[in-house]
Amino acid sequence: MLRFLLGRIGRAALTIAMVVTFAFVVLRLSGDPAQIIMGADAPPEAVDAFRTAWGLDQPVWVQYFHYFGAILSGDLGRSMRDGRDALVLVTERIPATLALTLPALLIKIGLGIPAGIYAALHRNSLADRIVMVVAVAGFTVPSFVLGLLLVLVFAVQLGWLPSGGQEGWRHAILPVITLGLGGAAVLARFTRSAMLEVLGQPYIRTASAKGVPWRAVVTRHALPNAAIPTVTIIGFMVGSLIAGAVVVESVFSWPGVGRLLVVAVANRDLAVVQCILLLVATTMVCANLVVDLLYGLLDPRLRSAPRRAGA
Amino acid sequence: MPAGVVTGAPLVAIRGLRVAFDGQPALRGIDLDVAPGEAVGLVGESGCGKSVTWLAALGLLPARAAIAGQVRLGETELLGAPATTLEKVRGGRVAMIFQDPASSLNPVHRIGRQITEALALHRGITGGAARSEARRLLDQVGIPDAGRRLDAYPHELSGGQNQRVMIAIALAGRPELLVADEPTTALDVTIQAQILALLQQLRRETGMALVLISHDLGVVAETCERVCVMYAGRIVEEAPTARLFAAPAHPYTRGLLGALPPMDGPRRRLSAIPGGVPEPWAMPPGCAFAPRCPHRIGPCDGAVPSDAMLATGHRAACIRATVAPLLAEAAE
Repeated sequence: MLRFLLGRIGRAALTIAMVVTFAFVVLRLSGDPAQIIMGADAPPEAVDAFRTAWGLDQPVWVQYFHYFGAILSGDLGRSMRDGRDALVLVTERIPATLALTLPALLIKIGLGIPAGIYAALHRNSLADRIVMVVAVAGFTVPSFVLGLLLVLVFAVQLGWLPSGGQEGWRHAILPVITLGLGGAAVLARFTRSAMLEVLGQPYIRTASAKGVPWRAVVTRHALPNAAIPTVTIIGFMVGSLIAGAVVVESVFSWPGVGRLLVVAVANRDLAVVQCILLLVATTMVCANLVVDLLYGLLDPRLRSAPRRAGA
Repeated sequence: MPAGVVTGAPLVAIRGLRVAFDGQPALRGIDLDVAPGEAVGLVGESGCGKSVTWLAALGLLPARAAIAGQVRLGETELLGAPATTLEKVRGGRVAMIFQDPASSLNPVHRIGRQITEALALHRGITGGAARSEARRLLDQVGIPDAGRRLDAYPHELSGGQNQRVMIAIALAGRPELLVADEPTTALDVTIQAQILALLQQLRRETGMALVLISHDLGVVAETCERVCVMYAGRIVEEAPTARLFAAPAHPYTRGLLGALPPMDGPRRRLSAIPGGVPEPWAMPPGCAFAPRCPHRIGPCDGAVPSDAMLATGHRAACIRATVAPLLAEAAE
């Protein structure tokens, strides 16, 4: 178990290192930050001075080692815009983002999983068809379209809710719903197909043949098995708590990490972008690690697999 | 009517059982009795309705199956019975085990829990008492080191051991009838023999009746006193096992016997039955076997043949079954 855990952590660290490297390379290739930040009509001396100040005049590989060494010592650099610590800049936006993504996650789980289970248990019924139509719509309609649609109806037409900004909980309702519905649709589809798959298994027939009442067949025998694939999707959703709201934050002008990312990319604010990417990669990798450990808890076949291989 | 030599009240009496899936008939009128304590074999090619008969009887078919007829267990009518009645019968008076033991056990529950679940449902035993009874059951079905095996998961056991666990679960409810649906098909030949021997031994010990569903006449012959041969959703021949082998009357039965290698006497070329089972949507108007039958005559295509009684406990659904030359040939 310890070896399994250490192996997973090592792989997670490698993944994060690759993301950091990739982000570094792409950002250096995608344009000159000095020129963009200083403006097109800045005097060349000023641009050069900016380059020297931020170390951009060094060879790329020197910059890379500086950057990587700084990360390892916990220094994520400073914003080229206002010179503030990039990590502080990013972390002070996290609460705003979580204020959207956490309630949205609750909607996804609270709505998606029951809907998927219900649809699977009443396959081909009217309710199943409605759930599936809604789920496919939620699956395919991009969040900015859904967001704009909700704004059009509830903010513009009905005037019930504000269309954007962050002055109170009422401002969060539309973005939370936008995020929650899309995710709930995805989760409903996955839960439904996982349940249908499990309900067709011979051990479900065995449970019925044993005289287990149907309700207990579902809760005791089907759900624990269907949870295994569903946990993967939930893990992905937990992993995107920080970065999953980029589009929705932009649509509703919500000052979270996603908005910060969009602005920082547009400004070539390297340290901030890299800091966000590092944060996103870390949460995603951590969520995956937790999912892997949960698999072991949920599925005894996976628990003993490494033991067998080691023996 | 079944031709079984059942004296006294049968344990299970199936009459005119019909099942259709989405309008396509799968069972076309099954009459079958099972007496208390007897062993009946149900043979036929896959898709002939052997399993469907018992899944329908126990209410285990999906809702889209249209079921008609009667299935009486003692005084209880099972078809259309309320869920609570069926749940008491399933795993209680009638237990069922299946073809693929590895996937028939729940992969995320320990063996012990899967046995004690049945004990709690049918005998009201829980806690430590259930655990020790579960261990006794595992002992009874011949699983070594039963106490430790209670905490094992199905994937940690072999196929044969999993089938023994399935049998232990079946025994937990002290059934009057065990329906074994191809219990050895997925197992190695040596394990097959062990499982069959175990089933016979348990039948002697507990006095329960056994319905053995198999596509293998040889397996059934070793275990059962009476055999029903099914073809395309009907029982086409029923006879005591010795008689069926000595004097098969239905051409299909004889085809099946011809495909078995003889245990004694000179070696001969095994014969195959030409053609395939007709699809449910393309059933011939008369005898379903007529298109493949070497003894087919004109009237075979006219109407579905009714049962001909040939001797006590021997019936065959063939209009030529009583024709002298066929019988003589069969008796050879």
